[in-house]
Amino acid sequence: MTCTAGRLFMGADWDFQTLQGIHDACEQIARSELGLEFYPNQIEVITAEQMLDAYSSVGMPLFYKHCSFGKHFAHQEASYRKGLMGLAYEIVINSSPCISYLMEENTATMQTLVIAHAAFGHNHFFRNNYLFKQWTDAEGILDYLDFAKSYVAQCEERYGRLAVERTLDAAHALMSHGIDRYPGKKKLDLRAEEKRAGDRRSHEESVFNDLWRTVPTGPVKSPELLNTERRRKLLGLPQENLLYFLEKTAPRLQPWQREVLRIVRHIAQYFYPQSQTKVMNEGTATYVHYRIMTRLHERGQISDGNFLEFLQSHTNVVFQPDFDDQRFSGFNPYALGFAMMQDIERIVANPDDEDREWFPDIAGTGDAMAVLRDIWANYRDESFISQFLSPRLMRRLRIFHLHDDPAESAGISVDAIHNERGYRRVRSELARQYDVGFIDPNIEVFDVDLSGDRRLMLRHSVVKGAQLNEADATRVLQHLADLWSYDVSLVEADGTDTILKEYMVSPRALAAAA
Amino acid sequence: MHIIDRRLNPGSKSLENRQRFLRRAKALVQDAVKKSSQDRDIRDVLEGGEVSIPVDGMHEPRFRREGGTRDMVLPGNKKFVEGDILPRSGESRRKASGPGEGDGEDAFRFVLSRDEFVDLFLDDLELPDLAKRKLAEAESVGLRRAGYAMSGSPANLSVNRTVRLALARRVALQRPRPEAIARLEAELADCDDTRRIELLAEIETLKGKVRRIPFIDPIDIRYRRFETVPKPIAQAVMFCLMDVSGSMSEHMKDLAKRFYMLLYVFLTRRYRHVEIVFIRHTDRAEEVDEDTFFHGPASGGTLVSSALQAMHEIVRSRFRATDWNIYAAQASDGDNSTSDSDAVSRLLTDKLLPVSQFFAYLEVSEAGGSTFDMPDSSLWTLYQRLRADGAPLSVRKVSERSEIFPVFHDLFQRRRKQEKAAP
Repeated sequence: MTCTAGRLFMGADWDFQTLQGIHDACEQIARSELGLEFYPNQIEVITAEQMLDAYSSVGMPLFYKHCSFGKHFAHQEASYRKGLMGLAYEIVINSSPCISYLMEENTATMQTLVIAHAAFGHNHFFRNNYLFKQWTDAEGILDYLDFAKSYVAQCEERYGRLAVERTLDAAHALMSHGIDRYPGKKKLDLRAEEKRAGDRRSHEESVFNDLWRTVPTGPVKSPELLNTERRRKLLGLPQENLLYFLEKTAPRLQPWQREVLRIVRHIAQYFYPQSQTKVMNEGTATYVHYRIMTRLHERGQISDGNFLEFLQSHTNVVFQPDFDDQRFSGFNPYALGFAMMQDIERIVANPDDEDREWFPDIAGTGDAMAVLRDIWANYRDESFISQFLSPRLMRRLRIFHLHDDPAESAGISVDAIHNERGYRRVRSELARQYDVGFIDPNIEVFDVDLSGDRRLMLRHSVVKGAQLNEADATRVLQHLADLWSYDVSLVEADGTDTILKEYMVSPRALAAAA
Repeated sequence: MHIIDRRLNPGSKSLENRQRFLRRAKALVQDAVKKSSQDRDIRDVLEGGEVSIPVDGMHEPRFRREGGTRDMVLPGNKKFVEGDILPRSGESRRKASGPGEGDGEDAFRFVLSRDEFVDLFLDDLELPDLAKRKLAEAESVGLRRAGYAMSGSPANLSVNRTVRLALARRVALQRPRPEAIARLEAELADCDDTRRIELLAEIETLKGKVRRIPFIDPIDIRYRRFETVPKPIAQAVMFCLMDVSGSMSEHMKDLAKRFYMLLYVFLTRRYRHVEIVFIRHTDRAEEVDEDTFFHGPASGGTLVSSALQAMHEIVRSRFRATDWNIYAAQASDGDNSTSDSDAVSRLLTDKLLPVSQFFAYLEVSEAGGSTFDMPDSSLWTLYQRLRADGAPLSVRKVSERSEIFPVFHDLFQRRRKQEKAAP
């Protein structure tokens, strides 16, 4: 005998009424029990084909047209048809209102899971995490994409599809280097500048001591060096945002080309927080859906059978294969994130001595949700892992660290394992793998030969001996040279300023004419 | 919260992106289509399907790093302790799996729809020169609106334009309005004598003016003007002629069928409306439906002229050469009674070739039968003679299934300029 009075749905079928009920039930739990804050939700039901569409335009509902998206679509469609690839159950967009796409063929249980996961988990994270707050504008993004789409279409009409496509190709190649990694220094206005100069003067007066005059200063800088420094300062060098640099200073770009570069740059910037918070974002969403689903089941709003169905797909999602498993392809962000959040919940609720030693700030404070909300708001993957990966979890996942030095002929050494000596080293090494500073090659605009042939000089600071793939680098530099319209050179130098390799590329004639 | 049902939205949002991609990768995709069509049945080829192009052609470069010392953090340690040195046996294993994986990476696979496939498949084919010249002549004439004229038939009178011009003229010449006269006449009813005389004179001038300035003048009248524009004929008829006498084997019929299919697909790309007429013949010809054409049993002697005669009659009765583009493809094993040659050549040169855009003769033979050893068949010899006399015939020999597409391609290949000039 089962009581079905409070059930949100029966079996696998759902309609819009059911979705509304599910959403309201989830919202109630999310708000009152988990204390989440989120953007208003907008839930859209789509077909598999529309899901593929969304895939190929980086998950956004509207995007400018470009052949590379067509390429991805063709590829994904092929693998989907062959059954090589399953589709995601949902896509969620960091916007306000927060749009979640649900696939029409999901069962009612899956829709509940997906709503809890995307519409509350991801939504809360988007709204509260400092990176998203700092770098993205959830209210404006859809309007901006709409503008971008129509602007690119207009440009195609006016300047020809070929020219626009070529510019976009080049911009896409540089997309990973079109990101501001640091909030820029604010330029002072004249009044503030004056005030600062005055402050400085009065400070100097107040601490004046004639003795300083007698202290020897460093070698006098030659006028040439001063000149160089002035020029580099004027151009804002060194500059790691290559697209920004081109947009502002490339001498022969048309105004519309600058705008296109700007669009690509803005979109890259919009996705920048997402690439830094994969583990946290998915971990948050998984943790939230797990909590909500469990609560729904406890309250009797979903049946035992549906709960088992949920558990089955939940365990699939948080499955972490071992390194020697056929299915292994790196850490599963869902698994790692979820395991860490659960671990934090345990540490907060009933810590043991080890936890007290490692996490004195949070161990035993009692309110797990408050701690988690604080973490969700103020950390990114790298800092999250480096501070909250506990020894117990490292033991459970049996994490170890390999160091592969090609110069070492004996083989790959095991540098650290999950033991007392290794915890900190394993943890910091894992955190480093999530640090964007180490993931993307560090390439900067180093200088421009303004008095000579206007050559643009780039510099790649080689870390741990990893140099650029030559074929790809030449191609990207070719695109860069086409935009710059003069020669471009790239040097790869290691920490001791030894030049390892030099590239030199001239622009193609076509681009210069365009 | 809002729930929006997007399922009803128009699909194929990335269709345009896809087309852009295909356009960009056209040369590569075309090669792939050609390659995949070689080892497939024609029926399958035209169904579209998966093709793979070298990934290099559509590569999107990024700055990538490689080499150097690597640090990996992995889960699932079973037996390692700190300080262990693992021999690089993994290297060789990775290398071994590398090429297999690499194949998948090197080739970019995707599915083309039927339309896309056929488009690319037939892209460098076009109607032969002969057909094009004929096509230009055989244009019908259509009408198109082209402004207004001062003269024309009453049926084309443009009332709007006429009334507008008349109104403008009346305003310009200050034709008195009927209300103005009516007002004066009303005043006339109750006024003194002097005023009456004034009014009468005024009314008289106004009325005179109305008489002199007509409501509609012949110079106002405008007619809609039409221009004739040449309109290319957008319909074609395709005649399939086949010898079904006992000497034609199933294999030969199959070859013929494949050729007809290609021709049909090709024509449907070029014409909005394509009709097919099947004529089979032994020593007499009949028009049949498709099924009977390919599978119906028939036996008898061979008289090619009967089929040509039948085609001629059908053309005369149903497909006027001015309205239809006529294509004909004849398949036969080449047997024909020698006494028929005269009739055949007369029918072809006098009746059929002048009206048809293209006439192909396909001589089919048994698989493996070399076309060189055997003496030329009677029909082949006849057609060669006609060609030598300048008749626009295309003749080819086919014995293998795989030769069909090359032969077809060869017939319709887009000729380069100098080749065009040569013959």
